[in-house]
Amino acid sequence: MQRKSLDVWVGLFIVIGVAALMFLALKAGNMGSMSFGKAYSITAKFDNIGSLRPQAAVKAAGVVVGRVGEIKFDDKSYQALVTLNMEEGYKFPKDSSAKILTAGLLGEQYVGIEAGGDVNNLAAGDKIARTQSATVLEDLINQFIYSKAAEGKDDK
Amino acid sequence: MSLRNWLSGLGAPLRDYVESIGYGARTFGNLLGVSPGLLRRPNLVIEQLHFIGNYSMLIITLSGLFVGMVLGLQGYYTLNKYGAEQSLGLLVALGLTRELGPVITALLFAGRAGTSLTAEIGLMKAGEQLSAMEMMAVNPIQRVLAPRFWAGVISVPLLASVFSAVGVLGGWLVGVKLIGVDEGAFWSQMQGGVDIYKDIFNGFAKSVVFGIAITFIALYQGYEAQPTPEDVARATTRTVVISSLMIWWLDFMMTALMFSK
Amino acid sequence: MLYYLPLSVTPTCYKRGVPKQRLTFLHYNTALKIMSSVVPNLVEIRDLHFSYGKRHILSGLQMDFPRGKVVAVMGGSGSGKTTVLRLIGGQIRPRKGHVKVQGQVVHKLNTDGLYLLRRKMGMLFQHGALFTDLSVFENVAFPLREHTDLPEELIRNLVLMKLHAVGLRNAAQLKPGEISGGMARRVALARSIALDPELIMYDEPFAGLDPISMGVTANLIRNLNTALGSTTILVSHDVKECFAIADYVYFLSQGKIVAHGTPADMMVSTDPYVKQFVNAEADGPVPFHYPGKSLADDLGLGVQV
Repeated sequence: MQRKSLDVWVGLFIVIGVAALMFLALKAGNMGSMSFGKAYSITAKFDNIGSLRPQAAVKAAGVVVGRVGEIKFDDKSYQALVTLNMEEGYKFPKDSSAKILTAGLLGEQYVGIEAGGDVNNLAAGDKIARTQSATVLEDLINQFIYSKAAEGKDDK
Repeated sequence: MSLRNWLSGLGAPLRDYVESIGYGARTFGNLLGVSPGLLRRPNLVIEQLHFIGNYSMLIITLSGLFVGMVLGLQGYYTLNKYGAEQSLGLLVALGLTRELGPVITALLFAGRAGTSLTAEIGLMKAGEQLSAMEMMAVNPIQRVLAPRFWAGVISVPLLASVFSAVGVLGGWLVGVKLIGVDEGAFWSQMQGGVDIYKDIFNGFAKSVVFGIAITFIALYQGYEAQPTPEDVARATTRTVVISSLMIWWLDFMMTALMFSK
Repeated sequence: MLYYLPLSVTPTCYKRGVPKQRLTFLHYNTALKIMSSVVPNLVEIRDLHFSYGKRHILSGLQMDFPRGKVVAVMGGSGSGKTTVLRLIGGQIRPRKGHVKVQGQVVHKLNTDGLYLLRRKMGMLFQHGALFTDLSVFENVAFPLREHTDLPEELIRNLVLMKLHAVGLRNAAQLKPGEISGGMARRVALARSIALDPELIMYDEPFAGLDPISMGVTANLIRNLNTALGSTTILVSHDVKECFAIADYVYFLSQGKIVAHGTPADMMVSTDPYVKQFVNAEADGPVPFHYPGKSLADDLGLGVQV
């Protein structure tokens, strides 16, 4: 009867609707990352990660070489522990440094890696020793105000 | 006194208006009351889901795609000025899931499905089909109105989800593929900023409320229309106008409720 | 041949959840004769008043509809004939007086009671009122599907038999939009007798039909009434066809009964209204001119003309 083909169409409609909802819901959570082949994980500790988020880019010389994985708080050193998933093809020396930089003036923050000079390269599970935290806008403003106040006092 | 006359002249239409609201509420209660009987005959609802939902898919999908693409374009031009184009994904997703998805879907639905419901019911009434059903001891509210009501209530949230999802893809198409915004930033900003409860669930709840309102208004206007061609035409116009106004008012109320905490 | 329509399905089949499939072949007139001696009138109307707001539609009606008979309710347009049918069917409530069907006062029934009563009635609306989204077959099957639990095969046979009775069995797969008005009316007739009702009501069944269709419809109405042993109420203003098939006639004018009797009585009646109606006279108790000013006043000619 006509009813059978009707059921197929209606079923399709409901499936598509629910799939759309799932797509939306999963995007708000942690979706499977942009898959780009094999990756090795290294960690870095920061005093302040600012507004760095998982899935943010890890760039070296401006090129994306990895993605930020997990961000955790280490309550022994009171620092943020950031896991970086680096693309397999890119190797960095053991003494490379990691900075948290901002793309544009108000853009999202990413991790910038500057290569060091060591002969050995970072392997999976290694830690980046030299890190620079994100610039927090409030601290900058405070600095600016105090310096201006200090200037003013000197003048008097 | 002409002022007194004018005031008393206000009274009668006001009373009629309030009476019609009461009658509408009673019909709505009636509709809900007969609905449990539908569980025994799901085929009626499924059939209406096909006419109301499937046939709206095309316009909703296309509209969602274009709205998403325009959002992507306009959003980029504006964000670019502040160097914040990385947030494009966030902008598109939030705009769609919170507001544009539910509201535009509801407006399109009122125009496409609402008018067809009103016209169908109105013409059935004009052709005495509903009377005939009554005389055959079949409750027309249960047999004709209720299945269409539930089909509408189920369809609108699903359609709104499709609209938002396709819109996000449209924004991605324009932003990442055409303009060149960083793909990772696009999705990661979005995932960081779009909350399942606050944004997606609220948007979904909005579309459910819209679905209830529009479908009921459409059915009620058709059911109460006079059995003449002119009045059926006027009833379809009333459906669109009243639905649209209700959508705006409900949207404001729900937004205030949901996002004010 | 129609006197032995194989349509009887024992009443218990109608209850949901009790699917019995017995068909009995019964000569209805026998059952009818037994019933008529016990309760002669299927429908009784006593002192019926009805108004729409301030407009009085019916005043002080007294009517009897005996079992097994064809009773015609006639009158000009707007005399309240259709309102009588609606009151019998319980679609509207009277302002005063009552309608009794099978001894039950219609407007005092609750919804369930009313629906049970309506299952014993069949009504043919003026233009058929077929469901336009269903085929002819589906339309006739509708009451069977809604009110019985009969299996599909049995429903199919019943529907085809009903369509056969009205001569449209081979049109079963067509849609209402594909058949003529007269045929649609006949399909609606088949639908209204789908559950073998005890009371069949026809609202202007001859309106707008060609002479052949009129004759066919009139024959059907009479024969079905006899075959089903039911009571028929016929609302119409077609004198020739009604008088040919009715056993009794009521004449309505402006909401009151002005005359009643057998068709033979009506033909020789001296009542001016009946005479005007039966002989199709242009002017009489029902005026030709819409009431208002006289022609002289309208043309501004004063008293002279």
